[in-house]
Amino acid sequence: MADGVKPRVKVPKTAAAGDTITIKTLISHKMESGQRKDGDGNVIPRSIINRFTCDFNGQNVIDITLEAAISTNPYFEFQAIVPEAGEFKFTWYDDDGSVYEETKEISVS
Amino acid sequence: MELTRRSVLQLGAGILVVASVPLKAFAAGEDLIESFTGGADIAEGGVTLTAPEIAENGNTVPIEVDAPGASEILVMAMGNPTPNVATFKFGALSASHSASTRIRLAGTQEVVAIAKMQDGSFARASATVKVTIGGCGG
Repeated sequence: MADGVKPRVKVPKTAAAGDTITIKTLISHKMESGQRKDGDGNVIPRSIINRFTCDFNGQNVIDITLEAAISTNPYFEFQAIVPEAGEFKFTWYDDDGSVYEETKEISVS
Repeated sequence: MELTRRSVLQLGAGILVVASVPLKAFAAGEDLIESFTGGADIAEGGVTLTAPEIAENGNTVPIEVDAPGASEILVMAMGNPTPNVATFKFGALSASHSASTRIRLAGTQEVVAIAKMQDGSFARASATVKVTIGGCGG
């Protein structure tokens, strides 16, 4: 696991059924592109998050494939429909095989 | 080695391959579009790409893609060492089929978004971003 990886997600706590909500996600990750060189001229190997998914009660909301051109601390903002109360599950897949997960409950008022 | 007609032709073919390699690297973005669309026609409009006109720092350039009715959006930075930036796939519970993120740009260049619609057609949008400081390190 890369150092200091910390997912942060912002989801409203409540919504009306069928409502559209905005979700913001950020994960602290250096996203080493594989293009940079260190002081001795050696290429620093690529180490990025290559996939991010968001699901709600098992149904997919968004599935993003990331490449080296995504900035450090990958940030995403997108919109989801909330048909019922449940749980958002966010998953990030690292190049080194690590998987970072975060869940957020939402209730329907 | 005896210089035969065959060996001369092989040598000539070898030189041609070597000469065409840089050309291929330049066309990587076009190849990527081709593999995404499968050679289908791409219409203008139907997808919106929001990017700043001038980005002071190429390390974090905020962009937003929005394509109602799209199932997938491919984002590319044509002037980057690897043009592929990200692919957004929208699921059943995606509301507006839009997303925003921050990307790296190596220099002033064109950013292209290609959306694959649910009916199988493709749409394209592009924006030119002026970059003051490139974002790929040295």
